Amino acid sequence: MEYSLDSNIEKLKSDFKKMCETVMEMLRGTDILILKSDKESAMQIIKSDKLVDDAEMDIEHGCMRLLLRNQPFARDFREISCILKAITDIERIGDQASDIANITLSLDCAKLSTKNIVKMSSLALKMVKDSIESLINEDTSLAEKTEKLDDEMDLLFTLSCDEIVETIKKDPDKANQAAQLLMIAKYYERIGDHAVNICEWTEFENKGIRNKFQ
Amino acid sequence: MKKKKEVEKFDLSQEAIKINNVNLYYGAFKALNNINMKISQGEITAFIGPSGCGKSTLLKCLNRMNDLVDGCKIEGKFEIGGQDIYAPKFSLQMLRKNVGMVFQKPNPFPMSVYDNIAYAPRLYGIRDKTSLDEIVEKSLTGAAMWEELKDCLNKSALALSGGQQQRLCIARALSVEPQILLMDEPTSALDPISTAKIEELCSQLKQNVTIVMVTHNMQQAARISDKTGFFLLGELIEFDDTEKIFSAPSKEQTERYITGRFG
Repeated sequence: MEYSLDSNIEKLKSDFKKMCETVMEMLRGTDILILKSDKESAMQIIKSDKLVDDAEMDIEHGCMRLLLRNQPFARDFREISCILKAITDIERIGDQASDIANITLSLDCAKLSTKNIVKMSSLALKMVKDSIESLINEDTSLAEKTEKLDDEMDLLFTLSCDEIVETIKKDPDKANQAAQLLMIAKYYERIGDHAVNICEWTEFENKGIRNKFQ
Repeated sequence: MKKKKEVEKFDLSQEAIKINNVNLYYGAFKALNNINMKISQGEITAFIGPSGCGKSTLLKCLNRMNDLVDGCKIEGKFEIGGQDIYAPKFSLQMLRKNVGMVFQKPNPFPMSVYDNIAYAPRLYGIRDKTSLDEIVEKSLTGAAMWEELKDCLNKSALALSGGQQQRLCIARALSVEPQILLMDEPTSALDPISTAKIEELCSQLKQNVTIVMVTHNMQQAARISDKTGFFLLGELIEFDDTEKIFSAPSKEQTERYITGRFG
């Protein structure tokens, strides 16, 4: 006999995967926008943010309903808690992808040095993809590897800041544009942090231990 | 005047209850199989498990309620405060005074509220009205019922509601200042409000009384106990901190039972 809580949790997981796919699509889009501005693609990403917000509300309601009605324990409790927490990080990643797209609308990337930001964008994509995979596949080892990439992200952020400061020093006319680029770098750095949070929830889901990765 | 009987107390400071290699048989049927556990002072310990798993049997062993059951044979050792409670010369009076019990169904005596509480102290030789009044007030206060019942102490206990009767039974158990309170599904016959009152009461009592409770209500075990033991077919499958048992149990059988997938 199928246990009804199982099917409800499966439905939550399926909705969570769809939400993650939408955010991954948005993030992939920003990766391209950094190299080449494209108003139509940017607008598409901004529009997708509404879908992510709606998905978060639906999944949150589903989780809270199961917590209220089933008062789950053990793995059921951990799975539902993890989804409830992870959707906040996924939603924030969606917000940041949307913000990056918004900035690119007024940015002429071709005239700026974006070498390190491009690297940050690729790394953010990998970190988010792997953190989601680790949570969905209950892969603690992948979560630990992904978390370690955050040091690289922090280093790239420092290098991007240096690169941007250099640009402003050389050509003060580009200061306004360079400041926008700095915002983008900060967003990618924050996206890395959200990926680390998701990895921490993977560990909780599998081991029942809630630890901050050091 | 009859003198008050002084009954020795257990020294629970090191370890309240220690159960060592216990097997229990009802005739040829082995109801408990090699049970080992230690229960600390000032904690609430919950015993959970499906019907017939041996949790109530084990609870009853802790104040020797199985002694009169025909064909019941116990192997192993039960220690309270380091004393073997099944030793031949062990005082049953000391055990029953210090280890109280509350059952699933409220069982007040068919007498007044006051007399229910005063019954056991009188048995222990307390006849002085002032002392008995003090005990009745203290016990009812301990069971959070004093304000509710102070003006109707002469009312028949049988006229109280089910929830009040059960709390009166707890107050009655408290009248002899037990060190350990055994509770066998104490709220299974009660409504949510009475249940909440008893749970709150247990949380307050544990400062002075070590509580061991059998419950079929997983949420109740998770809410109020510090430690939880899961029993299955006469075996103690897992015994750990309640938070650990209900969030990440070590054993598959525990996980299956508490998530409702058992069977």
